[in-house]
Amino acid sequence: MIIDHPLLGPRDSAEFVYLGDACLIERPDWQDENALDAFHDYLYLRDNPAGEHRELWFHEQGDRSWLVVTRNTLTHEITKVELARDVARALGRSK
Amino acid sequence: MHYSVFKIISEGLKGNTGWKPQWRDPEPRKEYDVVIVGAGGHGLATAYYLAKEFGIRNVAVLEKGWLGSGNIGRNTTIIRSNYLLPGNEPFYEFSMKLWEGLEQDFNYNAMVSQRGIINLYHNDGQQAAYLRRANAMRMAGADSVMLDRDELQKLCPFLDYDNARFPIKGGIMQPRGGTVRHDAVAWGYARGADERGVDIVQNCEVTGFQIKNGVCTGVETSRGPIKAKKVAVCVAGSSSRVMEKAGIRLPIESHVLQAFVSEGLKPTIPGVVTFGAGHFYVSQSDKGGLVFGGDLDGYNTYAQRGGLPVVEDVCEGGMAIMPMIGRARLLRSWGGIMDMSMDGSPFIDHTPVDGLYFNGGWCYGGFKATPASGYCYAHLIAKDEPHEVAAAYRLDRFRRGAMIDEKGMGAQPNLH
Ligand SMILES: Cc1cc2nc3c(=O)[nH]c(=O)nc-3n(C[C@H](O)[C@H](O)[C@H](O)COP(=O)(O)OP(=O)(O)OC[C@H]3O[C@@H](n4cnc5c(N)ncnc54)[C@H](O)[C@@H]3O)c2cc1C
Repeated sequence: MIIDHPLLGPRDSAEFVYLGDACLIERPDWQDENALDAFHDYLYLRDNPAGEHRELWFHEQGDRSWLVVTRNTLTHEITKVELARDVARALGRSK
Repeated sequence: MHYSVFKIISEGLKGNTGWKPQWRDPEPRKEYDVVIVGAGGHGLATAYYLAKEFGIRNVAVLEKGWLGSGNIGRNTTIIRSNYLLPGNEPFYEFSMKLWEGLEQDFNYNAMVSQRGIINLYHNDGQQAAYLRRANAMRMAGADSVMLDRDELQKLCPFLDYDNARFPIKGGIMQPRGGTVRHDAVAWGYARGADERGVDIVQNCEVTGFQIKNGVCTGVETSRGPIKAKKVAVCVAGSSSRVMEKAGIRLPIESHVLQAFVSEGLKPTIPGVVTFGAGHFYVSQSDKGGLVFGGDLDGYNTYAQRGGLPVVEDVCEGGMAIMPMIGRARLLRSWGGIMDMSMDGSPFIDHTPVDGLYFNGGWCYGGFKATPASGYCYAHLIAKDEPHEVAAAYRLDRFRRGAMIDEKGMGAQPNLH
């Protein structure tokens, strides 16, 4: 697979390390009343869809940035690549 | 029809005209006591033991493709019970004991071949860890032997002992480990279940569940609705897709694992050998082909094929321990979809929906588990309580902090 890095252009996916579903960006609030349930679901449960999947890839053998890659798990077609930083900021995170 | 050597001779004399199909191809009925979803190894074994051991025969196994079209027909056929943790080892040893009596039990030649499995170690730390494992195995009634370099060299003269980076110092061996003809396991269980009245319905995809007030009363299928008192899902790599239809999210990701077979060679490898410094394992099939594999590709996928980087990685592992493998030509490679769980261990449990049961999360190790998984799942379905060796395989174990993480990797499926 080729991942079209937003800064570096097309890179071989073998340069990256895979973490998993991009929902990991949205860490629950530990002070919330339902924090226990929320953390259980956050840590252990996954949608694991057959089709479009937003997922985190780390460019370990490159610029060491985290990317959010939108990829089809049935065809491996990649339709969107974003910097995880931008995605997190758009969600209101400071960094 | 009972199979025996006399049957073969008498059929031989009659020009082999008397053999019958090994199972029927029935139309699904409107209602069953138990509907099992997925005719892989686990589904078929569950049906077999339900009928044979627990007296429940009004059972259907629904399969979206043909029986044995999933991972039961794609794996590298290794059986072993060389686990470390208390939640796992008694279960896999129970499975090993069932393997040892399986062919007599279901009257089918599954080519159970206990030629031994050897895990190599390359440094002192690994040796200590394997010694601990060897002791844990013995405490659960399994067999284990620690081999030093000289003993190992007698068994496996072909290994590259003085490799500069990964010198081989010895290994841990389970002599009762080995390989089994994977397809024959599916066929044997299918025949045994069918003989006892179980309907195996192929080309019948389960597309939904009938759930009312938190109780499951049947399934929707591509061949119409089917009612059932109990519905038992075991669809391996498709677990999340199927359980989603019952509104259940699972601690599972689907990943691809590849396997490879070389051209046929004269007997060279005594049993199963695994590399201790990278991910590579190899055995030799009865036809002579070297059967080998290694790591997952590492990303979520439902495409039953992998990529070239892992092919390269696996072959590098092979070259590191047995350079002669470089002379063999690769015949075939393929991939299968693994239901990788968050701690690398499986589930055999009730679900929050009454009458709906779940079996999955087998990662890349579910073939060896087939008999015990079927037996324990049948036990759970029949008695509504877990079998003692499968009592730890609960869906709520993460919430209770009771993970069974053999590798100590944490909640990341592609590292298990
Ligand atoms: C390359 C490879 C190597 C492996 N090597 C080993 C090994 O050496 N040792 C070992 O112990 N394990 C190994 N495994 C793992 C092992 O094969 C699996 O864990 C095990 O086979 C899974 O259980 P199963 O046989 O029931 O799965 P499957 O055979 O996959 O059965 C699941 C069935 O469910 C069906 N299904 C899915 N969705 C539906 C639906 N909606 N409706 C109806 N039916 C449905 C599928 O078609 C399939 O037939 C390996 C796996 C692979 C891919």
